[in-house]
Amino acid sequence: MEFNPQVPIYLQVVTSIKRDIVIGQLKPGDKLPSVRDLAVSYTINPNTAGRVYTELEAEGICFTRRGLGTFITEDKERVEQMKEEMAKELTDHFLDGMKRLGISPQEAINIIKEREKC
Amino acid sequence: MLECREITKIYGRKKAVDAVSFQIEPGRIYAMLGPNGSGKTTLMKMAAGLVKPNTGGFFYNNEPVGPKSRREIAYMSTEPYFYAWMTAQDVGKYYEDFFEDFSMEQYQKLLQRMELTPDMKTKSLSSGMMAKLKIAVTMARDAKIYMLDEPLNGIDLLARDEIMRSILEASDPDKALIVSSHLVDELEKVVDVAIFVKEGHLAGMYDVEELRIRQGKSVADVYREIYGHGGEQTC
Repeated sequence: MEFNPQVPIYLQVVTSIKRDIVIGQLKPGDKLPSVRDLAVSYTINPNTAGRVYTELEAEGICFTRRGLGTFITEDKERVEQMKEEMAKELTDHFLDGMKRLGISPQEAINIIKEREKC
Repeated sequence: MLECREITKIYGRKKAVDAVSFQIEPGRIYAMLGPNGSGKTTLMKMAAGLVKPNTGGFFYNNEPVGPKSRREIAYMSTEPYFYAWMTAQDVGKYYEDFFEDFSMEQYQKLLQRMELTPDMKTKSLSSGMMAKLKIAVTMARDAKIYMLDEPLNGIDLLARDEIMRSILEASDPDKALIVSSHLVDELEKVVDVAIFVKEGHLAGMYDVEELRIRQGKSVADVYREIYGHGGEQTC
């Protein structure tokens, strides 16, 4: 995975894992790798990897069973809600970029519609 | 765990290291950064107990470094230090004789991962293969501190991934790793702390994830600030 070195690494990994959950690559109740294995697979610092799980737990997306490991929540509503949050974030980002070009949300919608046609 | 107390080292008239102090804590990975000739290697050699400072000293668990600390501090120098007649297998035996914490089994595993075989002669190795052999034999020790001087030098991209993997797998809550490099980008996402050395001085020490969280800065950004554009390139 390519990282932006100016953005906290743990947040970039959090987003990557959330995306895997949304697209079903990771399923509710799935066990996640140990902190060290996560660090090795993303080639990131192990303490940063620990922070990834702390953040996911704080957001209610993962939970830890003592001695067993970290698992993805089985709460499907939470996963659905997370998908909406991520979509909203992307939309905000998109509209923000359009605004900087002097394009209103309505115009932006038209641009999307145009694009969908071809 | 390892403390550098007010160290100064003079070679001839030149102060190679000038009043440097810092502390290494367990459970963390450190990058020691700076252009060639800034004092990184001299600092590591002193931490390994191989070079004596003029004033100040390195202390491992509050005792001056020496033969005793060498049992727990694994040091990989930049220069190759094997006899030309040795095979990779001989290098392992040599280490096994020297260091109680050396594991032949772990060494074989690392050799295999690095795509080296025990029968390879050290004199016939390319510089990239030699670099991998040095890493394998160093990381096969079960040390408390690993100090790797320029482990990524002259190594292709794929081999770098293997080396990074070995470094990450060796990390542990009660171990510390110190990796020196003039390649900033490679270490950016792997280390906890960046130590900047400039002309023998300590030019800064930063928690790198905090740097990204609080200032939106990469290690490379800080590197440019410290050494300026006239300094060595970051890649």
